[in-house]
Order: sequence, then structure tokens, then C-alpha cells
Amino acid sequence: MNTVALTNNTMTLPTPKDASAASSKDQPLDIQTIVEELKLATQPVGVPFLDDPKFYTRDVDVFYNQAKQAIFGVDLDIGKHEVIAMIGPSGCGKSTFLRCLNRMNDTIDGCKVTGQLLLDGEDIYAKEQDPVLLRARVGMVFQKPNPFPKSIYDNVAYGPRIHGLTSNRSELDDIVEESLKKAGLFNEVKDRLQSPGTGLSGGQQQRLCIARAIAVSPEVILMDEPTSALDPIATATIEELIDELRQSFTICIVTHSMQQAARISQRTAYFHLGYLVEVNKTNTVFTNPQHRLTENYITGRFG
Amino acid sequence: MDIGQHTSHQYNQELENLRNQSLQMGGLVEEQLGKALRALMENNSQLGEEVAYSDYRVNRLEVEIDDACTQIIARRQPAAGDLRLVISIIKSVTDLERIGDEAEKIARHAISTEGLATSLHTALKHLGDHVREMLRRTLDAMARMDAVTAMQIAESDMQIDAEFDVLSRQLLTHMMEDPRTIRDSLNVLWCARSLERIGDHSKNICEYVIYLVEGKDVRHTNRPKLGADAAA
Repeated sequence: MNTVALTNNTMTLPTPKDASAASSKDQPLDIQTIVEELKLATQPVGVPFLDDPKFYTRDVDVFYNQAKQAIFGVDLDIGKHEVIAMIGPSGCGKSTFLRCLNRMNDTIDGCKVTGQLLLDGEDIYAKEQDPVLLRARVGMVFQKPNPFPKSIYDNVAYGPRIHGLTSNRSELDDIVEESLKKAGLFNEVKDRLQSPGTGLSGGQQQRLCIARAIAVSPEVILMDEPTSALDPIATATIEELIDELRQSFTICIVTHSMQQAARISQRTAYFHLGYLVEVNKTNTVFTNPQHRLTENYITGRFG
Repeated sequence: MDIGQHTSHQYNQELENLRNQSLQMGGLVEEQLGKALRALMENNSQLGEEVAYSDYRVNRLEVEIDDACTQIIARRQPAAGDLRLVISIIKSVTDLERIGDEAEKIARHAISTEGLATSLHTALKHLGDHVREMLRRTLDAMARMDAVTAMQIAESDMQIDAEFDVLSRQLLTHMMEDPRTIRDSLNVLWCARSLERIGDHSKNICEYVIYLVEGKDVRHTNRPKLGADAAA
């Protein structure tokens, strides 16, 4: 396989690894050079592929209105019951890629997705695929909590109702209770299930959205910066929840906070300018990243 | 776009200062060792006193540097290379401070002895020179973040240990042949022991340099594996 070796353990403080001349590693990285290198790389650095993955993606491109390409040839496997964090500077394509996984990009005019995206071995972009059913299997939680303008109960019950998951009221009650419990919200709201979802605090609303996503028994939960709008304690509560949810679901989370990615994920994928640069175990990415771009981003040298 | 400097100028400066301080401590400790050995060889009590007195400067640097490292960890949450830098400095500083202590011990012997017998003098001088050279090369590798040289230096500690063994046996023979030499011989033995310990601490610092540059922890690995890791 032709791979360009992009691994480069450069220290940003100057020095060569041998005693001879000063090296070119001292010089600031040039964007042009980086992009050229990324184009040449045939796969990301690290461990992008897994055995028996939940999601199998190869050569994924995403175009907006034909003119603008947002994602370039992403190859990535996502494992079952893992939390994978996607990080990268603004505009790097991580949210765009996330939205490919449950076809949310279909709702954007002029957006085209090519390449192979398989969920449990099935092509999610196949003609026969029903995107609505797909989105029940692959749920999504957004940055700004968006409870429906309904009661707490109805927020959670909405999904099971329209998908016809239950045949009677008591089963529905059970699902709502279970979901709220799993989302760590039940005890706080059990006495006011009929009150509006919008009356909750930010952190509670977000947990309500998570409960809503769980209620339809998804296999994967996608999270797009789920705690950016929340205070530290609410954030910590949700992170704890994510760790528990991992037992039952696969979770992909896009985050701007590297500390959050470091805290909650098992694998971390670093995107840059639409390319997937590196993906590896979180421990490795944060202590000894293989690609110098990753090192620079993580240590705050740009982005 | 300039990539290479921290977006936070302040953070960049903090890391630079940290590195400079640790190199400064290395320089100080090297100087202490040099003076202590000279004091011993030349039977110069005053120089010995100077070294013993100055040990407080080494200790103070250890405290300052550890504090600076703690601050950086608390405030900046360093990751990847920066994290390894801070951690390797925290660890190196401990070994440097111990080297300073051993130099002080040697200096105290210089103050208390009344001169060494010529034969002991020569053997100890050789060991002293080798250890000083090892420390100098270690500090150089630390400054230049040179993992390859650091690996070589770490392996050369074996020779220092061997030299110490030979010297110990010589001293033992000396003491058995003439019990009147026991006090002086023991003084020489403790000094030799301090030198051997300095060699060990230098080796530790080399291992931290390798960790810093390569991200690999080579402590407590077998000699052959050390060599294999260098090639990897």
C-alpha cells in the first residue's frame, strides 16, 4: 500500500535528534505544504480501521453546491460501544462528517455525499434505505438543547409514538420512564412530567434531548458539541452520562473542547481542512500524537 | 499562518522559562561537582566549604521549578509534547537535586580529610573525570533534546559501575593490608560511592530525555532492549 509517511515526532522547541545540523523542523509549518501532504496521504495516521466496526466509511467526500468540497476522502471505522471524539479547528469538517452518519446532510440543499458509508455492513445511502428509520437507529443530540414545545412526557414519547413502538399507554409510560432514568433526569422531573420541556434548565433540557434520542432504542448516538452551551456542572453530569450510555450504545461526539475529548473518549479523530489527519486511542493522541499537525493543534499552537 | 509558536504568547514564554531554569540548574550542579572534586583532589577545605554552602541554591531551584511545573499543569493542561516536557523536567529536577547533594557530600569529605594517599588519589581522579564527563554530556543532550546521544550515555553508566567495583576492591585490599589506612580508604569509598550515584542520576536524566523526545518510557528495561528501542 502506498502511504506517505506523515509521522513526525517533532518537538516545537528547536532541536535535531542527531548532533548534526539544525533541522527544517524548526521552521513554522506552511499551510500549502500541509495541504499537499494531506492530499498525498492515502489513509490517516494512527489506527483508523477496526475489526467488526459499527460504522465502516471509506473515501467519503462531501460537497456543498458542487463548488465547495468540505470533506476529502475520509476513511474511518467506528467501533461498537465506544465513544469516539472528533476534534479539529473551526471549519475542519467534523460536524459535516458527523451529519453524514445519519443522513442529516440530506436536509441541506445542494449537499452531496459520496463514498461508502456502511452501518453494520449495510449501505446507509442505498436507495432502499429509509432515512427516517435510519435516524431512529442513529440518533442525534445538538449543541443547543432543542426540546419540543410539548410536555416532558410528550417530548420523550414522541419518537416511540410515531414509530409505532408501543401498543398501549402503559408500555409508553415504561419507555418514557426508562429513557428519563437512563438520561439521569427522571428523579428530577418525575413529579412534573406534564410540565413543558422548555421550562427546564439548560442542562436538564439537554438531558431531555438525550432521553428523547434514547427512547427509540437507537444503536448509535451522535452528539454535536452537546455541552458547549452548558455550565461546568451540567457538562460534568452529561459527561458522566455519556460514560454510562457507552454500555448500551455507540457514541460519536464532536467537541471543541480537547479536555472533554480527552476525558470521555476511547478514540479520538483529528480533522483538519476536511481531511482526517489522525485517529488513535485517546491516550496516545494526547500524550504522543503521531502527526505534527495533531501535536500542534492539541498543544494550542494553532486552531 | 505561522504555526510553531503557542497561540498564547504567555504560555510559550512560561515553557521557555521552565526549560531555561532547568538548564540553569543543570549548569549549577555541574559546577558544584567540578568544584567538589577539585576541593578533594587539592585538599582545599575552603573550596569544599563553598560547595557545601552553595547547595542551598540547588535546592531552591528544585522548589521553584517544581512550583512552575505545577502552575503550568493547573493552568494550561498541557498535552502531548508540552506535557512530556513538563513531566520530564519535574523528574530531571529531582535527579539534579540529588546530584547536588552527592556533590555536597564529596565537598564535606574534602573538608574533613587531610589529603589522600597518591594511589587512591589517582584512581578516584579517573572515576571523577569520567563521571564529570558523563554529567556534562547528559546536560548537553538535555539542552539539545538529543535522544540518540542520551541513549548512548545511559548505556555508558555500566562502565562507571564497573569502575566503581574495581575501585572498591582496591580499597578493600588496601584496608586489609594496612589497617591504618582504613579511615582514609573509607572516605575515598564514600566519595567513590557518591560518584557512582551521580552516574546513576545522570542515566535517569538521559532516560527522561528519551521520553521527552520519543514519547517512550525506557526506564527499567533490559540493556539489549534499550539498544533495540534506539533503533526503533
